[in-house]
Amino acid sequence: MNARRSASGGSTASTTYREALRDGLREALRTDDRVFLMGEDVGRYGGCFGVSLGLLEEFGPDRIRDTPLSESAFVGAGIGAALGGLRPVVEIMTVNFSLLALDQILNNAATLLHMSGGQLSVPIVIRMTTGAGRQLAAQHSHSLEGWYAHIPGIRVLTPATMDDARHMLAAALDDPDPVVMFEHGSLYNEEGVLDGTVDSVDLDSAAVRRLGTDVSVITYGGSLPKALAAAETLAADGIGAEVVDLRSLRPLDDATVLASVARTHRAVIVDEAWRSGSISAEVAARIAERSFYELDAPVQRVCSQEVPIPYARQLEEAALPQPASIVAAVRQAVA
Amino acid sequence: MSTTTRRSTGATGTQRSVAPRKTPAPPTGGRGPGHEHELELLRQMLLIRRFEERCVELYSAAKIRGFVHLYIGEEAVAVGVGQALRGDDAVVSTYREHGHALARGVSAGAVMAEMFGKATGCSRGRGGSMHLFDAGRRFYGGNAIVAGGLPLAAGLALADRMRGTERVTCCFFGDGAYAEGEFHETANLAALWQLPLLLVCENNLYAMGTSLAREHAQTNLAMRAASYGMPAWTVDGMDVLAVEATARKAADSVRSGGGPHFLEARTYRFRAHSMYDPDRYREKDEIARWKARDPLAGLEERMRAEGGLDDLANKRLEEDVSAEIDAAVRAAEAAPYEPVADLLRFVTSPSGGAS
Amino acid sequence: MPSLGADMDEGTLVEWLTTVGAEVARGEVVAVVETAKSTIEVECFESGTVTELLVEPGTTVPVGTPLAVISPTAPVRPPPARGPVPAGDATATPLVRHQAAEEGVELAALHGSGRGGRITRSDVSRAAHPAPSRHPAPSRVHASPLARRLAESLGVDLSAVRGSGRHGAVKADDVRAAAGSRTGPDQAATVKEASVAAGARRAPKAAASDTGTSAAAAAAASASASTSTSDRAAIARLMSRAKREIPHYYLSTTIDLAAALEWMRRQNSTRPVGERLVPAALLLKAVASAAREVPELNGHWTDGRFVAAAGVRLGTAVSVRGGGLVAPALADADRMPLTDVMATLKDLVSRARHGRLRASETADPTLTVTNLGDQGVESVFGVIYPPQVAMVGLGRVTERPVAVAGMIALHPTVTATLSADHRASDGATGARFLTTLDRLLQHPEDL
Repeated sequence: MNARRSASGGSTASTTYREALRDGLREALRTDDRVFLMGEDVGRYGGCFGVSLGLLEEFGPDRIRDTPLSESAFVGAGIGAALGGLRPVVEIMTVNFSLLALDQILNNAATLLHMSGGQLSVPIVIRMTTGAGRQLAAQHSHSLEGWYAHIPGIRVLTPATMDDARHMLAAALDDPDPVVMFEHGSLYNEEGVLDGTVDSVDLDSAAVRRLGTDVSVITYGGSLPKALAAAETLAADGIGAEVVDLRSLRPLDDATVLASVARTHRAVIVDEAWRSGSISAEVAARIAERSFYELDAPVQRVCSQEVPIPYARQLEEAALPQPASIVAAVRQAVA
Repeated sequence: MSTTTRRSTGATGTQRSVAPRKTPAPPTGGRGPGHEHELELLRQMLLIRRFEERCVELYSAAKIRGFVHLYIGEEAVAVGVGQALRGDDAVVSTYREHGHALARGVSAGAVMAEMFGKATGCSRGRGGSMHLFDAGRRFYGGNAIVAGGLPLAAGLALADRMRGTERVTCCFFGDGAYAEGEFHETANLAALWQLPLLLVCENNLYAMGTSLAREHAQTNLAMRAASYGMPAWTVDGMDVLAVEATARKAADSVRSGGGPHFLEARTYRFRAHSMYDPDRYREKDEIARWKARDPLAGLEERMRAEGGLDDLANKRLEEDVSAEIDAAVRAAEAAPYEPVADLLRFVTSPSGGAS
Repeated sequence: MPSLGADMDEGTLVEWLTTVGAEVARGEVVAVVETAKSTIEVECFESGTVTELLVEPGTTVPVGTPLAVISPTAPVRPPPARGPVPAGDATATPLVRHQAAEEGVELAALHGSGRGGRITRSDVSRAAHPAPSRHPAPSRVHASPLARRLAESLGVDLSAVRGSGRHGAVKADDVRAAAGSRTGPDQAATVKEASVAAGARRAPKAAASDTGTSAAAAAAASASASTSTSDRAAIARLMSRAKREIPHYYLSTTIDLAAALEWMRRQNSTRPVGERLVPAALLLKAVASAAREVPELNGHWTDGRFVAAAGVRLGTAVSVRGGGLVAPALADADRMPLTDVMATLKDLVSRARHGRLRASETADPTLTVTNLGDQGVESVFGVIYPPQVAMVGLGRVTERPVAVAGMIALHPTVTATLSADHRASDGATGARFLTTLDRLLQHPEDL
């Protein structure tokens, strides 16, 4: 990764996930003066994970707004600001911390439109880091996006590619309703190439990231690179894995998932969250409900072990889905 | 609702973070001949009182269901503070918000229909008693999570501040909410960012059944609020004129860039926390003492003493209010229910797409 | 692993119907086994306590492999009815025998629950109307939902498909392979060989519907009869062996069925709908009787010589719904009253369709009938199913002009053929068989 891309984009260029997010933010801030970013250390520090580095200098402290460590207050303030006509982008450091703001997200952001009989929409975008893989232990590593996907009234996005990191924010800001975006911590340093021909993305569709005929590997977020790596391994053995990136956990794009399963007749779901009550369970249930007669093998799931994510490297690795475990699950499915 | 003349209650009700006041505000003049303003305050309080009394009847008749939290006894706070707010200001309220909604100008018909669960309700039957909304009047509800409205109010104030308006956001909450983290986070954030926020704490001495002394180590709420770096005053919440005067002063200060202000209104609910409760947590004597300070009776007495109200005027007021409530109930009875086919409406915006 | 057919080399244990510690009695069904051809309930031949199950469900083992250990329980129970023996050997009162005859229940296959192993009326009732709970879905095939859907649409019998998935689950490819084996270019040959390998085909469609069974549906499905890859291999082996080893000769005659069908019509007019006769039953009974009269064609070629069979076990093919064939044998069809032939046929068809045939019922027939009448053909010359020495083929019952007293009349007729093993018999013997068959069918009242 060398040259940083300008916000306006253009031809194909290499970037990182972090910079793609930053370019998306910069573009939103430049094109709509209602947009502002707030969160813990998004300004002077440059963002806990460096996403907003340099934006304070360009947009000033009013629009790149550092907050006290008061998740409930600043997320709620974001909701209020959205009601007040602005387009806030609120950053929460990690999904674990977002629990301190869960009241505001669930009881206000997600419900105001309905409770008010359609009078109040809440055009807020809440971004947060999710996931493990960096030895951050049990209070910085969990994948709770599935919880959020449980809630009607919000949209839950999981950008996993450069183009999604770059363009999802603009589409999210266009949504009149609350959007929660989950950025997997292990993706920030991922390098990739932006498709210069893409200048917007839709938020309603899952994407097939790799074609295959033998099995559908359905995943999202930080597990996408692992699933693609597993597919590579499997291809060497003549097993064609189709990799579906959900992109949006709510609404869930049934059609793309079910169409893939209808082609391959086997499904393996990879979800870094715990298995019980997870989005993987939801996907599996929908496949069973709607594509039962397409299945030629039981649905397999690769999820995190049901343990608070431990610190030690070997323990953490063992707790998480890995390419090898995905490969093993696929082999079971096609056996 | 806008007003230009600043009313003064003299020295009362304007002290900063000191012990609560006991003396009612002295009579004030200057509101024009015939006490029209006082009459209007009385009318608003009477409407809230009679409206809620009717709610008790209708709840007993099962026309209204769910949780219904009555404001009876506290009318002076909503009505007094309401005088200090302009039409384009914002109000964020609690689940005990019939009074706030009516004082804000939401019609009795829309509120009653909402409690009947009808399509003509101010939240189209989705909210009920605890979730009254009126976007046109910038009435942001009916929040049934104790202290949940506070961050929201800060955000509304932030938007106004960032957009350079002169609007004020007024947030009502109770002494119970004062114990929540969301109050303290919001107080700090609002003071830190100097948000145009008027925090009105309705201290009715009980967080449901827990008395102030049993939930707060330091019961001087205004003093504690002042520690966040904002002006904080206590006012007699049973005196509508005192409330109005203090709120006006606070709101004007907020509006002119003075940052958030905290107002503690000492008040009392005459009825149960929710529709009925056994009232084991309050002494009969205490209730009787507070009822003796009924804000409606207090204002009425004063007006009669000043010659601003007589039996005829009072009777006409009662009849007007009664007719308004009768009409509201009749309309609510006659109104259609929202079709069940519309169950999933308003989960996401029509132009949105998430579901 | 019991041998459940002459061509069976191995079998897959599908399901245990007993558990360790369970008391079992001789003749009790203890397991379900899948062979290359069908799924069959396996009865045990010892009484006692199951002390060990040696083979896991889903496992394929060669014939002769011990499946379980049964330890004798003392006191030893009185010997219950033995397996495939004449009904007369079973301990039962005349009343029960009568009931069994009425209900079409084979007493010999029953385990008596009465004193001294005596078969009771309720034993017979249970056998005639088995309660679902007594047979906990022994033939439940583990198949993927897609495989089930494909099997349904392609008309493939899942129970006849060998699963290649985990734990022997049938996968979509297994079903496709099974379907593909029948939709190949030599479909006609396939159907024929399948019928030969498995035995006689069922009754004509129109008549079958009269039986009140779902025979009509099965007949329709049989038009697209299919066999799995393993079926195909078994049939291929067997047919190659037959054509390689057996010098076939073929005879044919067309039989006037006017008298037989008229008699049947009169009979049926006085019978309840459920007991009405169908031409297939009449024809089978006649073939069985002819086999008794011409014993040179009824038996097996073993060790270089013909051994006549003591009784007639008439092999009849049943096409299972969705495809595939099973070949239960009608024991003593020659001695059975026509009503019983009818009932037994009905019972066998029904149970064959549900994969509930007993091993004893698929034990080697002594002569096999193939009936391709429902396929619309006039005559069929079958390939003999070793070690049998003859195969009777029946075509469509159809009206033909016949000369009656110097006049042309239209009569229902059937073309009966005989494929016979020239090592065991000569053409004259075969001719005698067919003329006997013709004669018998002219006197249906004697059948």
